[in-house]
Amino acid sequence: MFPTPIQKRPVAAQALYQGLLPIALIMWLLPLIAVALFSIRPFSDFGAGNYWGWPSSFEMFHNYGQVFFNSDMPRYLWNSVLITVPTVVGAVALSCMTGFALGIYRFRGNLLIFFMFIAGNFVPFQILMVPVRDFTVSAGLYDTKLGLVLFHIAFQTGFCTLFMRNFIRALPYELIEAARVEGVSEWRIFWYVVLPLMRPATAALSVLIFTFIWNDYFWALVLTQGPNAQPVTAGITSFNSQFVAQYHLMSAGSIVAAIPPVAMFFLMQRHFIAGLTLGAVK
Amino acid sequence: MSVTAPAVPHAPSERGWFQRNRMTLTPLLFLLPGVLFFAVYVVIPIFQSFQISLYEWDGLGEATYIGLGNYQELMTDRAFEVSIWNNVKWLVLYLLAIPAGLFIALFLNQTVVGIRLYKSLFFFPFVLSQVVVGLVFSWFYLPREGILNGVLAFFGLEPVNVLGDPTLATYGIIAAGLWPQTAYCMILYLTGLNAVDPEQIEAGRLDGAKGIRMLWYVVLPQLKPATFIAFVVTIIGALRSFDLISIMTNGGPFGSTRVLSFYMFEKALSEYGFRMGYGAAIAVVLFLIMLIFIGYFLWQMWQDEKEARR
Repeated sequence: MFPTPIQKRPVAAQALYQGLLPIALIMWLLPLIAVALFSIRPFSDFGAGNYWGWPSSFEMFHNYGQVFFNSDMPRYLWNSVLITVPTVVGAVALSCMTGFALGIYRFRGNLLIFFMFIAGNFVPFQILMVPVRDFTVSAGLYDTKLGLVLFHIAFQTGFCTLFMRNFIRALPYELIEAARVEGVSEWRIFWYVVLPLMRPATAALSVLIFTFIWNDYFWALVLTQGPNAQPVTAGITSFNSQFVAQYHLMSAGSIVAAIPPVAMFFLMQRHFIAGLTLGAVK
Repeated sequence: MSVTAPAVPHAPSERGWFQRNRMTLTPLLFLLPGVLFFAVYVVIPIFQSFQISLYEWDGLGEATYIGLGNYQELMTDRAFEVSIWNNVKWLVLYLLAIPAGLFIALFLNQTVVGIRLYKSLFFFPFVLSQVVVGLVFSWFYLPREGILNGVLAFFGLEPVNVLGDPTLATYGIIAAGLWPQTAYCMILYLTGLNAVDPEQIEAGRLDGAKGIRMLWYVVLPQLKPATFIAFVVTIIGALRSFDLISIMTNGGPFGSTRVLSFYMFEKALSEYGFRMGYGAAIAVVLFLIMLIFIGYFLWQMWQDEKEARR
């Protein structure tokens, strides 16, 4: 193990390490801690110049209550759910199929198509912006959730295919050959042999894509404009102009907007990290 | 001519055309929906953008062909020049996330009580949306209310207005971007360190390698795959920077924090007017810069593929 396990060091070094850990963590999360503290302060604290001291009263329920009952925030959150969940389902479904095709079969153009997916996944969004917006407008999907979902599914298919194909490549190929010898049809091999084995990959991808899409801001800005379809990342700017300079409410609002992906991460941590670090170990 | 049974019996001829060609048709059918989606929304738009960049177009009316007119205009556009330079700053400074991530990973790669929770808490800024990170840091930098100046005052230093100062603002935003990016690199390295071969470490120890030398000659070579991924995602992240700029400064003060991705959006889709052609030309430049890196990444992956093919 590298570095040397701390248990093999002198007791003083161990104590120092134990002391350093929380200090480092507080420094690392300082900006966030400050915002969390903002969000439980009363408004009067800001007028009195009490920014970082002990809050004069704890207004957690009041502040977060304002966010939930006195703003469009719940609507934006719900929009985000309605955009994110179908995208996850769509992108994972499509990439199970493309990953299967590219991972199992040998045919001319296999690597070419695979590399097209990888390359497309790296392009800057701006090169797609004008045509995609134009296409969405002419399809009558501008400012709808569906317009956003369709684009997200298409774009995420690139990353998901990379992921799925490499995962399927690592499965034992003998399984598929054995099934073929038994006369199982290709479609059934996909459904009954490969798909069940892909469950861990599907879980990891779902969590990752959920976070990516929930956090998308650029496409929300390009393809939507009002509380009808805007997800929470774009909605929060309108929220902030509703409560301009009221830091206690703005910070509560952004914490609410951040909670779903954070909760997803802490609940599905193993899958999330497995997905994110795929390929980091040979 | 009489029909006689062929000497070599046909492959079951009662099976249809589909059955006979299933090994070619199945992958095609499986690929079709994904490729179709990807073509419509990703591949074709890239070429369309190249085409649009040759036109003067407001997005609604008639488009007028002006050849390379948009690109000529870019050559003398001061704001474009500022954006390019800021992109260079982003690229160079963003790479700091890699050593910083390695440093934190080494710090946390221990087995003490509660270390798992520490790792998660160090990592989770990555899960926040860039919008939230942008807001969090703009409040962190607030001249009066921000805790940064609180800390500076505690050490007896002058307060700074990071985002209001054209010479500092871009660095302030990059620092905000480094926060989640470092967390990402950290988790890559933590995973990599987990898989480092303990025997090689022991062998290194016997040869008297310690500390930095051990890290450089024994550990880092084994972390190469992690470093490659960290490099890829950091470069892509640096060139994609948009959300933070839009949230924290909206390109200001005095346009000093623009980068290509932001400037393109500004030109094509904001109150500064709908110049789709000009915006597309900026996007093409950004795309070409990215293409250098994409080409390198693909080449690396191609090498791996060849190796994997035995």
